Amino acid sequence: MKQDRRAFLRLVSLMTAAGMLPRLAHAETWNQAAFAAKSVDDVVKLLGGSAPQQSDQVILNGPEIAENGAVVPLEISSKLPGTESIAILIEKNPNTLAATFNIPPGTLPDVQTRVKMNETCNVYALAKSDGKFYYAAKEIKVTLGGCGG
Amino acid sequence: MANAIKVRSKIEGDVALIRLLISHPMETGLRKDTEGQLVPAHFIELLTITYQDRTVLSAQWGPAVSRNPYLAFRFKGAQKGEKLRITWVDNKGESQTDEAVLE
Repeated sequence: MKQDRRAFLRLVSLMTAAGMLPRLAHAETWNQAAFAAKSVDDVVKLLGGSAPQQSDQVILNGPEIAENGAVVPLEISSKLPGTESIAILIEKNPNTLAATFNIPPGTLPDVQTRVKMNETCNVYALAKSDGKFYYAAKEIKVTLGGCGG
Repeated sequence: MANAIKVRSKIEGDVALIRLLISHPMETGLRKDTEGQLVPAHFIELLTITYQDRTVLSAQWGPAVSRNPYLAFRFKGAQKGEKLRITWVDNKGESQTDEAVLE
């Protein structure tokens, strides 16, 4: 066993030295504080921003009325140059932050996903570009809430 | 966890459109079962998608992402026949990694 462990560690150190494990070294950790936050302002703060500006360069597409709050389709895109990340915030959910997406160079700042909404409220698409935060907001009406279920 | 991640890809020029469907309950921890007991939270926290050793998308999710999550995105520099690797980790430490060949 000891032998195996040493061999493994040697392999890991070799791979690290060769730059083969950069992603393990910088493995992402889940932003627990941001996902526990209860307001849009707190989420922005916990994502490292302040005073986000409303921008028509951030586009949030979704239904006017969601009949089933458990499955609300959203598309968020950004025309801001060098968009680094996109986040989805739902104002009146038990926790405001629904998802964040990191957009590396070469990936288009345009994601589609489906989220749960507890009740009718504003949904915010937040985009980070050049260290600053910009947002688009849209009210989505929910007929049947999708959180308590 | 038995279900493989469903991946649809379409390449136009050098841009790949990727659509994913992951099989996961995404329990919020707020839902009650038929006996009135709270169902414990169980949701994907981290998702990483790599193409030829570069990360093309990474995401952090909360339980507000819908059950059996759907995701679509696009990235540049994609070639037919090359592999995409998708990994997720949930709040219970469970994980899944699947590969898909771009078509």
